[in-house]
Amino acid sequence: MTDVAEVITRVHRAEWARLVATLARRLGDLDVAEEMTAEAFATAVERWPVDGVPPNPGGWLTTTAQRKAIDRLRREARREEKHQEALMLFDTPEPLGAIDDDRLRLLFTCCHPALAMEARIALTLRMVGGLTVPEIARAFLVQEATVGQRITRAKAKIKAARIPYGVPFRADLPARVGGVLAVLYLIFNEGYLPADPAKAAIRADLTAEAIRLTRLVEALLPADGEVTGLLALMLLTEARRAARVSASGELVTLGEQDRGAWDRALIAEGHALVRARIATGQPPGRYQLLAAINAVHTHAPDARDTDWSQVVALYDQLVRLDPSPIVRLNRAVAVAEVDGPQVALAQVDGLPLEGYHAYHATRAELLRRLGRSGQSRAAYDRAIELAGNTAETAYLIRRRDQLVGR
Amino acid sequence: MAQYLMSVLADTTGLATAEEMAAIDVFNEQLQADGHWVFAGGLAAPDTATVVDARHGEPVFTDGPYLESKEHIAGFWIVEAPDLDVALRLAAGGSKSCNRRVELRPLLGA
Repeated sequence: MTDVAEVITRVHRAEWARLVATLARRLGDLDVAEEMTAEAFATAVERWPVDGVPPNPGGWLTTTAQRKAIDRLRREARREEKHQEALMLFDTPEPLGAIDDDRLRLLFTCCHPALAMEARIALTLRMVGGLTVPEIARAFLVQEATVGQRITRAKAKIKAARIPYGVPFRADLPARVGGVLAVLYLIFNEGYLPADPAKAAIRADLTAEAIRLTRLVEALLPADGEVTGLLALMLLTEARRAARVSASGELVTLGEQDRGAWDRALIAEGHALVRARIATGQPPGRYQLLAAINAVHTHAPDARDTDWSQVVALYDQLVRLDPSPIVRLNRAVAVAEVDGPQVALAQVDGLPLEGYHAYHATRAELLRRLGRSGQSRAAYDRAIELAGNTAETAYLIRRRDQLVGR
Repeated sequence: MAQYLMSVLADTTGLATAEEMAAIDVFNEQLQADGHWVFAGGLAAPDTATVVDARHGEPVFTDGPYLESKEHIAGFWIVEAPDLDVALRLAAGGSKSCNRRVELRPLLGA
């Protein structure tokens, strides 16, 4: 019966968001939509191994969830008159092509700016991603009760404050799409760069989930360059996953990675997306620029072949969009390869990033290359103190201990 | 349609300037023209408040606001809007016009 279990897992991935989204529109209630979807899947787990997998699993689930929803609403309608309205809504015919729009509505609601970022993340993973509360709690290493409360509170606010279940005003759309992408990028980074040393192993789930959801958004908003940019950025980052941590659990920097271990298929897909965006001739946004920078890196067969002046030029564009100290720090890393560590260090020093481990790690590396071992060691010490990620700490300690002289 | 309370948060007891008043007037006229207006008012300084407690027989009057805080509510609007996205736009307009932060809260069952 493992075959059936696999089918259920696959159908869960493919159909969960669509079911929740369609039911939420028809019922006008996220809570009931989520519950009925979960119940429909629970029924599938019971019945499919016995009755066999239905020819159209998605249709079967939709019908099952709808029946459960009607039963429940009838029961409640006896108690509350106003649910009669919902029942009537339920009988309206399906608008053509509304299924995809519903998933988009669901995403915009879950990522609404009136909700706290933590709530947006938990809600998106639950409602759109179909992850269970224990799964989300495990992924973020927080108590199940905390995740449950975040989701419950967010759903209560959506209802009481009337956060709309819909696509935002045209004028708000770029900012709201940006909000959705920010949530997806945070989920991805939480998987890729876990800040907490204790939670390393289960992270692949989160990056995979973030990519899956971003693919969905890309399919729904194919004309939005930033969505494509974020997907390309994730793919080109994910492609290096296997080479990024050594067998002994230590971070391997881009320059030292075994490029043969990179995922060629993901890189090809990422490159194609970046090329498609460049072909539009539209000015790139932040995610598109970050994707393009990653495309330059993954294009080089060897680290020595990297076109660093291209990387610096892309960072120049990025600084114009986002002159934050972190962007300028990353630009300086590329500058070091073009103009040398002395020039880069002058650009890094004085950036207001005292509490950021990468600032100290970058300084340490530049100072090491300038032969200023004593200062480099002090910078590594500070970076090690601040770094939360186990693989990164291991790498920094080794680099520091390789320093010779003062 | 739902109703929302837009509370104006202030950290000084100074009244609105002439410029702010003019902007608030323009905003109010727009609210009325667009059918969002329910009610609005400015509040006198918090130290003019009296707390009344009649829960246990004879009412007890206490001079001053219930909570001493750095911030207080300097005024409010009650607006009508179909959903939070519209209400957020109204609150942004209100904040801009009175040049202060605004807290937006839905009224229960309105």
